[in-house]
Amino acid sequence: MSIRINRRQFLTGTAAVGISITLPNGVFAQEGKVNFYNWDTYIGENTIEEFESSTGIKVQYDLYADNDELFAKLKGGNPGYDLIIPSNDYIEQMLDAEMLLPLNRAKIPNAKNIDVAFMDPSFDRGRKFSLPYMWGTIGIGYRKSAVDGEVNSWADLFDSDKYSGRIALMNESKTVLQMAMKYLGSSINDWSDEKLAEAEALIIKQKPHITAFAQDNGQDLLLSGEVDLAMEWNGDILQIMEEDDDIGYVVPKEGGLLWEDAMCIPKGGENVDNAHALINHLLDGEVGAGIASFINYATPNTAAQALMDAAYMENPAIFPSAESTSVSEASVYPGAEWVRKVDEAWTRIKAAG
Amino acid sequence: MCLVIEPLDSFRQKPVSFLAFGIPSIGWLLLFFMVPLGIIFFYSFGENVSLIAVKTTWTFDNYARIFEPEIMTLLWRTLWIALLATAICLIIGFPVALVIATASPSAKAWLLLLIMLPFWTNLLIRTYSLLNILGTRGRLNEMLGWIWMRANDFLVLIGAGDLSLLGEKFIPIKFLGTPGGVVLGIVYVSLPFAILPIYSALERMDTSYLEASMDLGAGQLQTFFKVLVPLAMPGVITAFILTFIPALGQFLTPDLLGRGQVDMIANVIQRQFKGANDWPFGSALSLMLLYVTFILLALRAFGDAARARREARH
Repeated sequence: MSIRINRRQFLTGTAAVGISITLPNGVFAQEGKVNFYNWDTYIGENTIEEFESSTGIKVQYDLYADNDELFAKLKGGNPGYDLIIPSNDYIEQMLDAEMLLPLNRAKIPNAKNIDVAFMDPSFDRGRKFSLPYMWGTIGIGYRKSAVDGEVNSWADLFDSDKYSGRIALMNESKTVLQMAMKYLGSSINDWSDEKLAEAEALIIKQKPHITAFAQDNGQDLLLSGEVDLAMEWNGDILQIMEEDDDIGYVVPKEGGLLWEDAMCIPKGGENVDNAHALINHLLDGEVGAGIASFINYATPNTAAQALMDAAYMENPAIFPSAESTSVSEASVYPGAEWVRKVDEAWTRIKAAG
Repeated sequence: MCLVIEPLDSFRQKPVSFLAFGIPSIGWLLLFFMVPLGIIFFYSFGENVSLIAVKTTWTFDNYARIFEPEIMTLLWRTLWIALLATAICLIIGFPVALVIATASPSAKAWLLLLIMLPFWTNLLIRTYSLLNILGTRGRLNEMLGWIWMRANDFLVLIGAGDLSLLGEKFIPIKFLGTPGGVVLGIVYVSLPFAILPIYSALERMDTSYLEASMDLGAGQLQTFFKVLVPLAMPGVITAFILTFIPALGQFLTPDLLGRGQVDMIANVIQRQFKGANDWPFGSALSLMLLYVTFILLALRAFGDAARARREARH
């Protein structure tokens, strides 16, 4: 007979309609400090500690799960990050929105360690705003014993019932549509209404055969045997290859996606000098080798490569053959109009069936 | 009843103490609910003027886009999945609440603890454990496969093996990536929210009504549906709201248990704030969910008022 329940009903009732929104938190800059915002599991075991002990600069290390999260955090004004590592097309997007500071190369002598092939990319001509950290591909991870002969075409994922119910695609609208376009024979950056519609129709038709649009866990589905083929980042597949000999990785013959993550300094950070010092540290040969051997991505750092063993340097899942890189492409930021069209196509794909 | 309410009524008549207790919660609501909601409201009438800036131009475009067929499809899917999950929660929750409400005081404490126990583990971790159980290679299918093997062995033993009554081989049941899997996941996370309000309603119910009903010749079923359920109705309605409204906003369950194959409207909203970078459209979509929520809460308030009037007349 108590009235307490009504109070509780009131409070829980209001909590049920509560929504949350992230507002930029205060700037947390300070002397001798650098705020480093990086991908999860994307650094060497002792990289940060070595930097702190050799320079006395304290690193505030923060993690993001994907480029969209990074962009959304910086969009409302930089909450205080000094160093970020976005991917190529997001660097382009950030340059378009004037969110990045030019780098002062005089403070980064170790930039000389970078392979010259990486020094003039289309998204940042002459490398004024970014320096490469790691690079890789998107391709197909597969279970060797469960596939018929060799997997070497996107057709197995996009246009065939051969592996029906055993396929995982990524839950990334643009990337999946781009790979479908690649399979259909066009460039992944050559957006047009017809090509988008064609790629959309292909995926909707294939949807009954697809097991999952995997939310960053295609490699787990592959490892646990829930699927036998998964479209994934090479590094994610590499991690499970270490656990299971039966897993393979291939960049299909039509070509895959080439990506590069590069170090950038966002506007609005307060420790610009320290950020330069940290970039210089990350580009050191030994430090770079320490990172590469721990996270197993391909480093563009020649001084680091010189310290790595053959198992790393000759692994085709880390360094794809020249043949497959020549048919692969890097994604170019398509502009806001196409971002919206791609998202609408993705919503239609998700609503279908 | 009046005896208990009286002290609180007099409390309400002392404005100073009433305000002193009220201001923190009002301030909280204002700062963390009304202000963000206001921001979303202005965004929902805005346009992207650059990659990082939204300008409120009082356009209705974002609301008009809600009526695109694919959005309507996803809204409809969201609605029936949420309703189905809520119905299942109520059907399972009512008997459980009844058992707890009528248990001995010591058993009651333990049973309530069991209901609350899952909250000690993070939702994401509980969802991942469900993935492990429900996968085609998961524990549940492993168990079903084992039972199939034994049953088949038995058929062979009695000489019916050639008929393959159970099929050629065990085919794992597909729980994940289906609407059923998403409903199951929502029921799993929402069940405590359905049980607790119904339990509260049943617990404070006067059991003499039940005895009177039985004494006057009503059967067990009749008593249940004509006396018990109506008396517990306020709790059932709260349970409905606490289950249905959060279910409308689910995005983790469709992503993981639905494997991206059974997206609901919240998945679209989440994308607008991330990859699609279209905060105005995302705001319009989330406000629309909020309007649905407010309509439901308003309906409940009207219902309560109507009931109070009815009771006052008696």
